[in-house]
Amino acid sequence: MYVGAIFFPLLGACIAGFFGRWLGDKVSQWVTVAFMAIAAVCGSLAFIDVALGSAPGIVPLFTFIDVGGFEVEWALRYDTLSVVMVAMVTFISTLIHLYSVGYMSHDATIPRFFAYLSLFTFMMLMLVTADNLVQLFFGWEGVGLASYLLIGYWYEKESANRAAMKAFIVNRVGDVFFMLGLALTYWTFASVEFETIFAGVEAARTTTFLGLPALEVIALLLFLGACGKSAQIGLHTWLPDAMEGPTPVSALIHAATMVTAGVFLMCRMSPVLEYAPTTLTIITIVGATTAIFAATIGCVQNDIKRIIAYSTCSQLGYMFFAVGVGAYQAAMFHLFTHAFFKALLFLGAGSVIHAMSDEQDIRRMGGIWKKIPLTYALMWIGSLALAGVPYFAGYYSKDMVLEVAYAAHSNAGMYAFAMGLLAAFLTAFYSWRLIILTFHGAPRADHHTMEHVHESPWTMMVPLLALAAGAVVTGAVFFELFVGHDQAAFWNGAIFTSAANQILEHAHHVPEWVPLAPTVVGLTGIALAYLMYMFAPKLPVMLANALPGVHRFLLNKWYFDELYDAIFVRPTQYLARALWKTGDMRLIDGMPNGAAAAAVSVAGGAVRLQSGRVASYAFTMIIGLVLFVTLLLVGMPSR
Amino acid sequence: MLAIGLSHYLTVGAILFVLGILGIFLNRKNIIVILMSVELILLSVNLNLVAFSAQLGDLTGQIFAMLILTVAAAEAAIGLAIVVIHFRNRGTIEVDDVSTLRG
Amino acid sequence: MIAAIAFYLFAAVLIASAVMVVTSRNPVHSVLFLILAFFNAAALFLLAGAEFLAMILVIVYVGAVAVLFLFVVMMLDVDFSAVREGFQRYAPIGGAVGLVLFAELIFVFGSWTFADDAAGLRLNPMMPGADNTREIGRILYTDYVWLFQLSGLILLVAMIGAIVLTLRNKPVAKRQDIGKQVSRMGSVNLRQVRSGAGLAELGIERPPVDAPPAPKQVEHHGGGHH
Repeated sequence: MYVGAIFFPLLGACIAGFFGRWLGDKVSQWVTVAFMAIAAVCGSLAFIDVALGSAPGIVPLFTFIDVGGFEVEWALRYDTLSVVMVAMVTFISTLIHLYSVGYMSHDATIPRFFAYLSLFTFMMLMLVTADNLVQLFFGWEGVGLASYLLIGYWYEKESANRAAMKAFIVNRVGDVFFMLGLALTYWTFASVEFETIFAGVEAARTTTFLGLPALEVIALLLFLGACGKSAQIGLHTWLPDAMEGPTPVSALIHAATMVTAGVFLMCRMSPVLEYAPTTLTIITIVGATTAIFAATIGCVQNDIKRIIAYSTCSQLGYMFFAVGVGAYQAAMFHLFTHAFFKALLFLGAGSVIHAMSDEQDIRRMGGIWKKIPLTYALMWIGSLALAGVPYFAGYYSKDMVLEVAYAAHSNAGMYAFAMGLLAAFLTAFYSWRLIILTFHGAPRADHHTMEHVHESPWTMMVPLLALAAGAVVTGAVFFELFVGHDQAAFWNGAIFTSAANQILEHAHHVPEWVPLAPTVVGLTGIALAYLMYMFAPKLPVMLANALPGVHRFLLNKWYFDELYDAIFVRPTQYLARALWKTGDMRLIDGMPNGAAAAAVSVAGGAVRLQSGRVASYAFTMIIGLVLFVTLLLVGMPSR
Repeated sequence: MLAIGLSHYLTVGAILFVLGILGIFLNRKNIIVILMSVELILLSVNLNLVAFSAQLGDLTGQIFAMLILTVAAAEAAIGLAIVVIHFRNRGTIEVDDVSTLRG
Repeated sequence: MIAAIAFYLFAAVLIASAVMVVTSRNPVHSVLFLILAFFNAAALFLLAGAEFLAMILVIVYVGAVAVLFLFVVMMLDVDFSAVREGFQRYAPIGGAVGLVLFAELIFVFGSWTFADDAAGLRLNPMMPGADNTREIGRILYTDYVWLFQLSGLILLVAMIGAIVLTLRNKPVAKRQDIGKQVSRMGSVNLRQVRSGAGLAELGIERPPVDAPPAPKQVEHHGGGHH
């Protein structure tokens, strides 16, 4: 069961990927869906066993690397933290597989898509069940690869290729830090096994590296690695572009699973982070900044998927600052609920796009809510959950995150609280902006498209309904387990919090206005969106004209891409061009070319030695013999 | 035991050997004389073997000399056969002309 | 004393005839001097006590190899004056090489001694009083029987090789091919002829001419899929 949850997706990926051509589209897609469903059942059973039954365990598979004193086992670590991820990933992945059956039905290479999807799921599961940092890194790189393949799935599109490469390269930047952190971890603890690391943290508190506390440096490096994967500010640029991939991919990778890998890593390394207060502060600030930054951009975007992508970015910021104040449970809780409602939003958006004949620009939608009422209702549910309206999933988790930020009673915590509150307002605003522009108002699409608006097939609606149920109930059901009074028993030591860290306890005793505030700002945001887009549609235009600088600043995503272009891309291009012209063509090509030319001239000389005259050969032989004897004589030790 | 000192035999052998080498250089065109020079060289080796054998009172050297004799006879037979067909094909025995090995 | 004089005499003649082998203008003379050298070498062997080897040398070298040389030299119609051209050209190099080699050999002989336990390391020590031929025979057919067989094999291979090399099949040579004769059908007809009938009456009997070979059929497979 434990092993099956991880390896059934791989089996499905192999079957669809290698034999898809013979099996045909239908068979291979249903095979992967079936294997994913089995994996989901296994994952759910494991969740019941491990998390609810408090029976963590480690399933050793085999030895991965064994060189000298460096030995890495290949094992599946099943504790509450990983099993929460396993259950969630397998469950959502199954739904998305099913959804893809409908969504990708007109695609040319269906087996390839499903193979990638299952491969990605396997890598993600490998990541979350890793028993050591190297195995985690394997999964980490594996999801990077799979996301590259999936973003660039429509490889005929140049923009998709660019987006895939961008995602891959930006992720590599983060991975460099991850690898450095990995190396430093090994340097500090002489091991990469989690058990050994966690056991050695106490002893390693005094270790310094280059004059800095080693634990701080490790935590910072791993955080920077997580930044790349989880699209935190600075390394977020790939996430919106990654929307070039098919919508199910966006839902799976960029909502539910891969981007949360960074948060997962932070939680997994909680024993180390607990002893790195400076890094925690940095994480808090970065997370809070990302939350507000992405939310502001989300307000002005026009691509339906990009809006949700920035929303994801923003929600990841929430998770990070929850980690930053030491409330790993709250971060995991938000991750868990977010996976449901964000996947719902993405898939709902996919359903809209499907209905609108692949139109993604919300300026060319509108007035379709009567034609696709079910999708409309589901998008409402997703948005309500995202905005943190009471009794939806997001309400519980987002409130919890903001409460812990307030309860931290530190400057960074207050900053995070303020930014989080503001971001919550903006979140509600842009969510309803999306809904109103997409579903209400006068139809802005052309006549032809409007005629074709239709509900999606059942394969797409069933996952949506399941996710909607999740978006409604997960918060209320799991609140007590994740962050409520049962949390200590639930996590069962999977997340380490030091004795001084009683933040969850404090969070339950914050002033009464604090839990209320997110709801209030959320409803205000919704009201404002209604005001601006429903009742006074002129207002946004006026606002944009009144503040052209701000609007352009936001529309251009804070000029991050341009900034990177100027700082990194262009100098790199110049450098690369210089290296190509001189380094490559002159020096590196020069060496083999020169060697080849030298070989030709030497051979030209040597060929004259081969006169074919037997006598010359005989002479050469004899002279060689004489030289040899002379050498022997001269070299012979005299007695 | 040897009636004459070993070094005398060895010197004669050395002179014979050097003369054989010289013969190869001098008669670079005449393959027959080159073959004879090779015979001389082999003879000098035999002389050395026999001299050592006699000096040490060990018969092994003479056995080896006999084997060399055999090989030398075989070599002469094959060599001369090659000379004969070469002459038949080319009408000359000049080794200098043989440059088909050049490829 | 006698032995010493004999040694110097034979050695001197050996070296002189070797010089003549190398330098003589006429290859026939070279061969004859080679025979002389072999005789003297055999004499030196005798002085060293290797009687059997000396006799073998005379029989094998003089009786077989040298005569073979003589045959070849006399049989081939070689223009030796052309072969002599450029005689001096490589003489300096040859001289230098020979000198260096000779100096080195002498140097080695000069600075060289037997190991102390050389006598104990002998493989086949000579029995005092036993005659040379008997001793060689004893160890040649026991300890060295494989080497002896091997040298026989080498001689066999050499013999076959020499025959293969020099054997030639002239196309004009008439040979009897029994298989061809037996399989010949139809070209000879037996016919009852009336006695007294002349050629004019019977006509000339000619062997039947083979039909020209049928044009090759191109094979066709099934449908022509490739």
